[in-house]
Amino acid sequence: MLFFSFFKTLVDHEVTIELKNDLLIRGTLKSVDQFLNIKLDEIHVVDEARYPHLSAVKSVFIRGSVVRYVHLPANAVDTALLEDATRREASNAAAARTR
Amino acid sequence: MEGAEPPTLPPQMFTTSAQLLDLTDKKLLVALRDGRKLIGVLRSWDQRLYVNDSYCDIPRGVFIVRGENVLLLGEIDLDREDDIPFRQASVEEVFAGQRQADAEKKHRDKVHRKKLRALGFEDEGEVLV
Repeated sequence: MLFFSFFKTLVDHEVTIELKNDLLIRGTLKSVDQFLNIKLDEIHVVDEARYPHLSAVKSVFIRGSVVRYVHLPANAVDTALLEDATRREASNAAAARTR
Repeated sequence: MEGAEPPTLPPQMFTTSAQLLDLTDKKLLVALRDGRKLIGVLRSWDQRLYVNDSYCDIPRGVFIVRGENVLLLGEIDLDREDDIPFRQASVEEVFAGQRQADAEKKHRDKVHRKKLRALGFEDEGEVLV
């Protein structure tokens, strides 16, 4: 659930989603759910000439399983905090296994 | 989300549902994993997804889409929709063009994957178009 929480902190930031079919969509992150499905507003497709079918689309809902990368604005990410949280979750999981 | 559901929905269900709620009864473009695009009005959904009254070049009637096949749902801006300079073509023409584009893409992907494998990257497979 860590990355679910992490993405929730990025709501209202401009992100670029790269799908597994190489489609790149840039837009404002509106919401994210526990499957990491993503909703973007005011989208534009990075290579619009190749994907004309999205030119009349203003907002999208992207299924989490088809996302390859999320390109984030570097200044919106507290890397140290994220690293700490990741380690904490890993150690919690390890502790839960040995219990 | 398969299997027996508890009598009450877990609270995280609502986060998913709420996101699709505001797309219901809107004109959408649904991109499927096989590369097809369905345009229609979203009438109903559950953890999976239903699209009603869909058409592409060919009127399709009612479509029920299983969620795993969905790439994305795009809400169509009805004002911008008419300004798109698309050329209406016959079904045969479009299908022939599509087959050619698919073949080119398949070839590109093959080369791409071969190069990635040579560099020691795991193959992503051929699932997505």
